Amino acid sequence: MELSTSILLTIALAPLVGCVLAGFLGRFLGRAGSHSATILGVAISCGLSFYVLYQLTTGAAVNYNHNLYTWFEIGKFSASVGFLIDRLTAMMMVVVTFVSLLVHIYTIGYMKDDPGYQRFFSYISLFTFSMLMLVMSNNFMQLFFGWEAVGLVSYLLIGFWYKKPTAIYANLKAFLVNRVGDFGFLLGIAAVLFFLHTLDYATAFNDAHTLLGQKLQITSTVQWDAATVIGILLFIGAMGKSAQVPLHVWLPDSMEGPTPISALIHAATMVTAGIFMVARMSPIFELSEGALSFVMIIGATGALFTGLIGIVQNDIKRVVAYSTLSQLGYMTVALGASAYAGAVFHLMTHAFFKALLFLGAGSVIIAMHHEQDMRYMGGLRKYMPITWITMWIGSLALCGVPFFAGFYSKDAIIEAVGESHRWGAGYAYFCVLAGAFVTATYTFRQMYLTFHGKERFKVVDQHGHGHHDDHHDEDHHEPGVLHHAPKESPWVVTLPLILLAIPSLLIGYFAIQPMLYGSWFGNAIQVHEIHNVLGKLGEEFHGSLAMALHGFGQPPFWLVAAAFAITTYIYLFNPSVADKIKGALKPLWTMLDRKYWIDDVYYAVFAKGGVMLGRALWKGGDASVIDGVLVNGSASLIQRIASGVRRLQSGYLYHYAFAMILGLILLLGGYWLVGQ
Amino acid sequence: MFNHFLLSLLIWLPIAGAIPVLLAGSARPNLARWTSLLIAVLTFVVSLLLLTQFNADSPIKQFVEDYQWISALNVHYGLAVDGISVALILLTSFVGILVIIGAWEVIQDKPHQYMAAMLVLEGLMIGVFCATDALLFYAFFEAMLIPMFILIGVWGGPRRVYATLKFFIYTFLGSIFMLIGLIYLYNKAGGSFDLNTLAGLRLSMKEQTWLFFAFLFAFAVKVPMVPVHTWLPDAHVEAPTGGSVVLAAVMLKIGGYGFLRFSLPIVPDASEAYAWLVIGLSLLAVVYIGYIALVQEDMKKLVAYSSVAHMGFVTLGIFIAFMLVRSGNADAAKLGLQGAMVQMISHGFVSGAMFSCIGVLYDRLHSRQIKDYGGVINVMPWFGFFYMLFAMANSGLPGTSGFVGEFMVILASFSANPWIALFAAFTLIIGAAYTLWMVKRVLWGEVTNPHVAEMKDINGREAFVLLAFAAAVLVLGVWPQPLIHLMDASVTQLVQQLGNHKIY
Repeated sequence: MELSTSILLTIALAPLVGCVLAGFLGRFLGRAGSHSATILGVAISCGLSFYVLYQLTTGAAVNYNHNLYTWFEIGKFSASVGFLIDRLTAMMMVVVTFVSLLVHIYTIGYMKDDPGYQRFFSYISLFTFSMLMLVMSNNFMQLFFGWEAVGLVSYLLIGFWYKKPTAIYANLKAFLVNRVGDFGFLLGIAAVLFFLHTLDYATAFNDAHTLLGQKLQITSTVQWDAATVIGILLFIGAMGKSAQVPLHVWLPDSMEGPTPISALIHAATMVTAGIFMVARMSPIFELSEGALSFVMIIGATGALFTGLIGIVQNDIKRVVAYSTLSQLGYMTVALGASAYAGAVFHLMTHAFFKALLFLGAGSVIIAMHHEQDMRYMGGLRKYMPITWITMWIGSLALCGVPFFAGFYSKDAIIEAVGESHRWGAGYAYFCVLAGAFVTATYTFRQMYLTFHGKERFKVVDQHGHGHHDDHHDEDHHEPGVLHHAPKESPWVVTLPLILLAIPSLLIGYFAIQPMLYGSWFGNAIQVHEIHNVLGKLGEEFHGSLAMALHGFGQPPFWLVAAAFAITTYIYLFNPSVADKIKGALKPLWTMLDRKYWIDDVYYAVFAKGGVMLGRALWKGGDASVIDGVLVNGSASLIQRIASGVRRLQSGYLYHYAFAMILGLILLLGGYWLVGQ
Repeated sequence: MFNHFLLSLLIWLPIAGAIPVLLAGSARPNLARWTSLLIAVLTFVVSLLLLTQFNADSPIKQFVEDYQWISALNVHYGLAVDGISVALILLTSFVGILVIIGAWEVIQDKPHQYMAAMLVLEGLMIGVFCATDALLFYAFFEAMLIPMFILIGVWGGPRRVYATLKFFIYTFLGSIFMLIGLIYLYNKAGGSFDLNTLAGLRLSMKEQTWLFFAFLFAFAVKVPMVPVHTWLPDAHVEAPTGGSVVLAAVMLKIGGYGFLRFSLPIVPDASEAYAWLVIGLSLLAVVYIGYIALVQEDMKKLVAYSSVAHMGFVTLGIFIAFMLVRSGNADAAKLGLQGAMVQMISHGFVSGAMFSCIGVLYDRLHSRQIKDYGGVINVMPWFGFFYMLFAMANSGLPGTSGFVGEFMVILASFSANPWIALFAAFTLIIGAAYTLWMVKRVLWGEVTNPHVAEMKDINGREAFVLLAFAAAVLVLGVWPQPLIHLMDASVTQLVQQLGNHKIY
């Protein structure tokens, strides 16, 4: 059986309808009407996505690949809007719509006092539509459409509180850094069209082998391997969207946006678009060892070094943000090791536990009246037990403690890299292993600072002073002073936490065998036999239970245990040690606190430098050379000549007589000279 | 039944229609407004009729009209259109309505004359796109300057005299060279200005080179290309909103159209030989002008510079075709040419919309300085929606028309030379940077200027104009194929002509 086009169209368009209703008719629909409309739209999408996944998994339906309409057709080149639905797509659709649905519900609680309530729902539904267009695409053009459209929504949502100077700085930065990635991505698409003469996935992947031996002429003497060029250019796009070093700088700043979108866009879905894209393009990436090594090294660098920054953060959301950067690095390493299925598997588990951590952090932020600094938290576990427990589940999944979802996906990645013989695999292995320790350190530190230890905030009763307006975008109170005691969030907030905690706990245990070691993905992911590290791991796989038990005896777990012991000692028993360590390692701490000075350098070189260059070109080029010299210069030259010529016409007879004589002499002299 | 004089109707309806508008006089401004709106709408309806009657599958020029005009010189009143012309005529008549509505109560000083000038300008621009006789083309091409000169000179800003003179001398100087070239061709052809005859002439490389540069100068000023672009920012800054909209949306396209009608068919060998020069200047427009746009403090100047950068894709798309045809990649050449054409139409919508938006702001605050604004979204949310949409189109976001042409040109240029694509694709970064930085300073943030706090959101009339532009931007962005199909046969024929060498 073939999936029906109308079902797929409904999946994509239902959120768009919700977006339009909430966005344009929000005033008439009211708050409840707007959130009902968008939630209904996403719920329809989600339900149908599960149906599609079920149909494909049971084999009741075959892969779907059809064009809906022709976008352009010029000679042999064409681009269409269409869907390619295989298991990889279906899995992404389920992840996207499921997390999106929970975030929609959560938003009812999180944004309840916000004046932009309808607008927010409209945006997140628009995001869901864009992301679905991205993952469901069957061609490069539509992929790029979805790619940029999610970037647009990300821009709008980071700057959602548009009065906040930091927010509108962060969204511009995010868009521009992403555009740097898209610059490479677009060139990659152009290269695909040049070498494979098509923008259609199926045709391109089918002909991908013809890339072997083809070269791109760079200069008259230099040629680059076609597959490597395409792979690296496409990956540059992924570096922007999936925040890989050195284009990672926008993601931490994106935390200026409301927390629900940090969970949905900047953790679970949009930032993983790059990972999905590379996995989708596996037939092309497999052709180039060079491109894959590049991918692996970039990913490994991000996995370790951005994680380290997370250790020194005090903002609860920023810890999770750096954790996301680090985890995206893990996924990228897996791609580089040809363990595409491992990357996608980690993408899925990460979507659940990271969305959980962000939404949990948001729940804490609500309880703390929009205080995000962990130095003013502590001891929250007794006020908000559901948030506390679910966040622990998410944290243990993130750290990769056996049996939790993250363990299966992360351990598989570490082992796959260990198996890889690709250039750079040694470095990558070190990074992902050390990263396990780093991950556990910042995670436990965050949990202890937030939920355990002494309360570092004061509750000052202010009932007599009227209602305090605690708008998100206002600096409303002095840090650490609350007007009401923190309390557990309403059910619309905790329900999504619980629903995310379940897969964070269980999905790895059940999904690892089919997704990594079975052939669940089928043809969607293609790996060459010699690169097939997951295949090798699969030979040693004896079930999820055995893997987890085995995991307790492995280095990644020891590193997590060590981090647990250290952080427990420091944050529960002897908090002064943290400051001593900070004092002793001051230069290191400063380096991490300044984020390796990368943002500062970018700001100086690209932002300030760009404006300076622009001024120089404007004043130096347009204003002085072209207008000053050429345009106004020739005008004034003509004027000067004219005024000179005018002087000849003086009206004095002797001037004219003199001119006539001079002319006669010249004329005759000329003849005489020529005659000679 | 109309077909024998449909094109004449399109040209002369707005020009003749200007007479009753003028007669309405300044005493009856509303009569003048409604009359001119009626005429603009009628013209648009006739252009739609043209579209329905036009056979897009044929590359042959249609709706031919041919009469002796100046028999002593064998000059003909020759009109005909192909798909490229039809697309540009539709753009012209579409924008023609919107500038009339846009000026409705904004122009209080002699509105009848303003409207009449707009209508005359519209007719003349349509004439440029229809003419098949080079001298007729030239006549429309030059005559067009007069209403624009009046629009800027009478309803313009404080430095309008400098701006109009600069505009006039710049463009006039350019077209003088073209006239000399045309007279040379006329003699060479044994006394004919017929464009088809001229395209069939055999010309030596030396002749072609001279002619190429004559045409280049005329059309480069019009487009405008670096380094002859400096009239544009000045003209835009001083022009009234409607003048800017027409200037950006339609008049600049005449430069690109000129390259397609003159340089490519008449001097293909020289065009091929100097394609590198035009390509280089186009890339300069993208990168160099992009940086200059970044630091503009006047919104109109910023969008004017951004126009120069975007029009760089038009000239790039046209001349990249030569490199591609030479390497036997005719389909990629078509991709580039189509990209150039789509970019022309799209830029018409996007720049027209951007200037309309700036006009909306200017009417309220009487300032175009970016620093005077900030936080406009707080008081004008609907305006903010449109402004954001057009800014995104200006940044080339997929789903908007701004993406389509640039995408096609970049794809095509990669096939010619990856380095060209690299510089062209730089627009993704710099285009977004200058546009969104402006948006950040105008739209977002707290309201700091108390006058901004008093600004009212767009009224129904303004909303109509912006909505019409928005619809065009989105429809073309989501489904460009109908436009591409309209021009396909003509572009295919053009690509075939590129391969014809004319040197004897």
